[in-house]
Amino acid sequence: MNKKITYSLNYRKPKNEYSSDDELTVCVRYYQKLDNGKNKVVKKSTGIKCKLKDWDSDWHKADNRHPIKASDSDYLEKNRILKNKSVDLHSLIKDRNVSKNISPLNSKVPKGPLDLKWSTHKNNVRLVSPANKRNIDIIVVGTGLAGGSACATLAEQGYNVKAFCFQDSSRRAHSIAAQGGINAAKNYQGDGDSVYRLFYDTIKGGDYRSREANVHRLAEVSSSIIDQCVAQGVPFAREYGGLLDNRSFGGVLVSRTFYAKGQTGQQLLLGAYSAMNRQVARGKIQMNTRHEMMDIVIVDGKARGIITRNLITGEIEKHSAHAVVLASGGYGNLFYLSTNAMGSNVSAAWKVHKKGALFANPSFTQIHPTCIPVSGDYQSKLTLMSESLRNDGRIWVPKKIEDAKKIRNGELRPVDLNENDRDYYLERRYPAFGNLVPRDVASRAAKERCDAGYGVNKTGEAVFLDFSSAIIRYGKEKALVKGLDIEDFELVKSLGKGVIKAKYGNLFQMYEKIVDENPYETPMMIYPAVHYTMGGLWVDYNLMTTIPGCYAIGEANFSDHGANRLGASALMQGLADGYFVLPNTINDYLADDIKTGPISSDSPEFNIAKNRIEEKINKIMTNKGSKSVDYFHKILGKIIWNNCGMSRNKKDLNSAIKEIQKLRKEFYKSVKVTGDQFSFNESLAKALRVADFLELGELFAVDALSRNESCGGHFREEYQTKEGEALRNDDDYRFVSAWEYNENIEQSKLHREHLDFESVELKNRSYK
Amino acid sequence: MKLFLKIWRQKNNQAKGKIVDYEIDEISPDMSFLEMMDVLNEKIIEEDGDPVAFDHDCREGICGSCSMFINGEPHGPDKLITTCQLHMRRFKDGDTIYIEPFRAKAFPIIKDLVVDRSAFDRIQQSGGFISINTSGNTLDANTIPIEKEYADKAFDAATCIGCGACVASCKNSSAMLFVSAKVSQFSLLPQGRVEATDRVINMVNQMDEEGFGNCTNTGACHVECPKGISLDYIAKLNREYVKANLKK
Amino acid sequence: MFNSSIGRKVAMALSGVFLIVFLAQHFLINITSVFSEEIFNLLSHFMGNNPLVQFVLQPILIAGVLFHFIMGFVLDWQNRKARPVSYAMYKGSKNSMFVSRNMIISGIVVLSFLGLHFYDFWIPEMDYKYIKSLPEDPNRYYKELVHRFENPYRVGLYCFSFVFLALHLVHGLSSSTQSLGTNNKYSEIIKKISYIFGISIPLGFCFIALFHFITFYNT
Repeated sequence: MNKKITYSLNYRKPKNEYSSDDELTVCVRYYQKLDNGKNKVVKKSTGIKCKLKDWDSDWHKADNRHPIKASDSDYLEKNRILKNKSVDLHSLIKDRNVSKNISPLNSKVPKGPLDLKWSTHKNNVRLVSPANKRNIDIIVVGTGLAGGSACATLAEQGYNVKAFCFQDSSRRAHSIAAQGGINAAKNYQGDGDSVYRLFYDTIKGGDYRSREANVHRLAEVSSSIIDQCVAQGVPFAREYGGLLDNRSFGGVLVSRTFYAKGQTGQQLLLGAYSAMNRQVARGKIQMNTRHEMMDIVIVDGKARGIITRNLITGEIEKHSAHAVVLASGGYGNLFYLSTNAMGSNVSAAWKVHKKGALFANPSFTQIHPTCIPVSGDYQSKLTLMSESLRNDGRIWVPKKIEDAKKIRNGELRPVDLNENDRDYYLERRYPAFGNLVPRDVASRAAKERCDAGYGVNKTGEAVFLDFSSAIIRYGKEKALVKGLDIEDFELVKSLGKGVIKAKYGNLFQMYEKIVDENPYETPMMIYPAVHYTMGGLWVDYNLMTTIPGCYAIGEANFSDHGANRLGASALMQGLADGYFVLPNTINDYLADDIKTGPISSDSPEFNIAKNRIEEKINKIMTNKGSKSVDYFHKILGKIIWNNCGMSRNKKDLNSAIKEIQKLRKEFYKSVKVTGDQFSFNESLAKALRVADFLELGELFAVDALSRNESCGGHFREEYQTKEGEALRNDDDYRFVSAWEYNENIEQSKLHREHLDFESVELKNRSYK
Repeated sequence: MKLFLKIWRQKNNQAKGKIVDYEIDEISPDMSFLEMMDVLNEKIIEEDGDPVAFDHDCREGICGSCSMFINGEPHGPDKLITTCQLHMRRFKDGDTIYIEPFRAKAFPIIKDLVVDRSAFDRIQQSGGFISINTSGNTLDANTIPIEKEYADKAFDAATCIGCGACVASCKNSSAMLFVSAKVSQFSLLPQGRVEATDRVINMVNQMDEEGFGNCTNTGACHVECPKGISLDYIAKLNREYVKANLKK
Repeated sequence: MFNSSIGRKVAMALSGVFLIVFLAQHFLINITSVFSEEIFNLLSHFMGNNPLVQFVLQPILIAGVLFHFIMGFVLDWQNRKARPVSYAMYKGSKNSMFVSRNMIISGIVVLSFLGLHFYDFWIPEMDYKYIKSLPEDPNRYYKELVHRFENPYRVGLYCFSFVFLALHLVHGLSSSTQSLGTNNKYSEIIKKISYIFGISIPLGFCFIALFHFITFYNT
């Protein structure tokens, strides 16, 4: 497109009638070439006045392109304003053209049989020679499992990597908090596991809303991940024979989960971090910590860099590269309270979405049933308790609403409530699976009871997870084995406690630390909480978004988990993307860039993006508001949690959309950020993140509203069986919803990627 | 409960800092320490002040971001936890609480309670890795059996969250516990033995360059370590270092 | 190697262990004075006139002492530098022993004591032997020793210093085993032994001083 912006003076009469001391207004002009070949002139007054003698008509020849000469006493300020005005106009024109470029969705899945697609694809993609890689820069945003592993591998291949994270060290990304383990189809236990089984379990677990080829690839590379990590020195749990140990995890029939006590995420991340460190030492990775991505820069239709904010100095910086990789994680913090880290945010992904990348399945969220409940309004964060607790704990609430009230007020102790007055609602509703129903079902059932007024903590949002019968059961077993008196209640109890302690000791201790109650004596209180988002940026088989040169990996993309993620799969996906998938697919794109040379970060596109961020920050900092950022974030979280949480319906979703729109307006009107923008200022950083959550929230509701079916974590109350089971609609909704940005978010355009299943038969996920 | 806070405020690295007094009321004993700080900051924002800057992220004791020196001890009076896991029920109504940043020359203050711990990153970059390619074309994971005892010890060392409490608690601001955990994790595993000699020398040299103090074996670090990393790893580090130097 | 922090720590430990060995030897000779004047004189004469002891071991010992205390000061100075702004509130007692945090204080006391001790014994001895070159009397040592412990203030000062020596050794000895990299199944026992040793040697010295003081007043 032909773009030309010029400055000119606004003559109102013939030029020769002016004297050199006359003042004229400066305007910016833009000549737009229309489809019919003619030029359309857009002229805008700038409000800046300039004497004829101070006007430099050859301004376009000078390096600084200043139209007003230094003879004007205020020339610097005037030129600055003019520059900004031109930038404004430029960006206006730019934006009109962004969304037009999106071609129909092409997932680029290679042809051929499922199990050969990946190897064939790897053989066919173009490569970049080591000599050329040295001249190519790649930006990676986020340094968790996906980002860290991608940085390490890309740098090792020879690319120059610029890595960014908002934490003070790349080792602190929230991947570190993953507890359980990582799946891999190694079949070390000889229990019949295979690549196909892992693939099948993942597809089925995702309720048939993920892309078959991607999931199969994930299963294929899974076992390399374990080899890789062991070679890096990740201390996985081992058996006495010295070989790796496995545990079994939710919803599958084999033991394929590798683990390092309850800190698998930490150990894997430190592995990736160490691989990164090696490349930092070699100078192949330039690590930028405490930098937050503010925007992506697109030059000639390709992702060519990002704008960041230095969180220490507040400086807005421009960084260019030949490709941009987003590994910025999930957006569970949309809910305000989640198990995500405080800093986890959607901003990077959302900015990319606003620049033209499609956002897929935003409303697919996993809500984990066993978390420590909210204890008060001040609560900032929720803590997950391992799913394994449901093996031995029984979940209940009081049968009578009066008892629930008494328990809430502390007038009644839960242990004193008669067995007959307890409602073991999961066992009642799902006699076959009982307390071991899948996560989404357990979560919804807890919400249903609490909404009906049976919640058991101060806030009324908690149910009991009771180990007393397990303690007695185990105690009796132990007494029998030891030949002791099983009628001795106290003895049996203490033996049982010993067994429970051996199994879940660390979790019980953690619970006691947070809640200050002894879970061996009184039942635990639990409540569901958000902890993973399956949705994310839409990517093709190469993990590229709809913006050429912009990739998304790990939780930031929508790829492999469909509508529901299986336990121990998030770590697998992050590392698979970063170590093995992206480093292969990105070469194909960069093969075109071997002659491009360094990308300048001084082009108008960079300057515009930078200016816009600075303006936005200025606006927030100078806003004469009265309410803190957290005030808005908390309200947003409540809206989303109540209307788009564990179960959704049309009416609530519609009202959520309206409420979020209203909240967003109010945010810009009355948000208050104090402190200095040019120093470490967390509330400013938070304000910028929440501003994006306020937009994503609306799309989240729009997405949930558009999907008239229930699948995985997405449960629409209108679409359920008589028994309250999720009712999937494969005929009409067997697709990925990929949304195209619209300033009016409600009007975002839906693109559908239809999902074809060649190797699996679509079945109902049954657990009754 | 009502509390009297004495918090270190420092605008930036160059500025001079001082202890500022705050009074805060209606604190629930169920709050975590950081939630109490959130409440304080909300109050400061309300009064148009500059909120207290502090590092925090996961708030479940694993990321190692939080770094407060509370009443004379890193991560507060409780052992084996980080600041985010400390709860207000640990304090009494009317208590005075000193809140300071982790102090060391190698941890320059960025603002208020936020310090720059990138020295730890640089120590790791100097050798805290095993030099293998990330191609995935390595040996099968089960090719090298590792004695469970060593695997477990390596894991115990690897649980270090890099928070810097060891440096903060040490009267000499020594980073020996951190470095020893990193060195030991790798040197206990056969994969890591290959580069053990260079690794320990490089990492110790980098540690010294960063300006940490010398270890005088007071043992404060392992008492305050939120992950309970043992002093034995320092002994191991000493041994490794001497051995490496004799070999070189 | 000795330019690094671990190197210096190991050097501190080695010199410390060396001084402890000397201390043990010194103690063993001195304790003989409690039960046999002859043995004490015999041993002292040997130590004082054997050229190997006098011209090889003695300089090494003095070098060791000098190294240990100079290095101690250097380390302390470096360690103070590593925390330019100190804490407003620092509860060291919550995580470490008082003695371990104050080695420099106990060290300075021991060093000052060393000055007194030199003044009392070593300088007169040097004077006697090498400056005045008086004829050797193999039986003078016991008398000199007893004579020194007649003054109650001196005995008090000695005992006071020995307490600090004990404080220094309690941490110093176990710490040096840690610095030298002892960590195996014997670590705990080694630590205990070093505690006992660290306390008993100075106590023994106290005993010798008090013994002679009391015997002097009783006879």
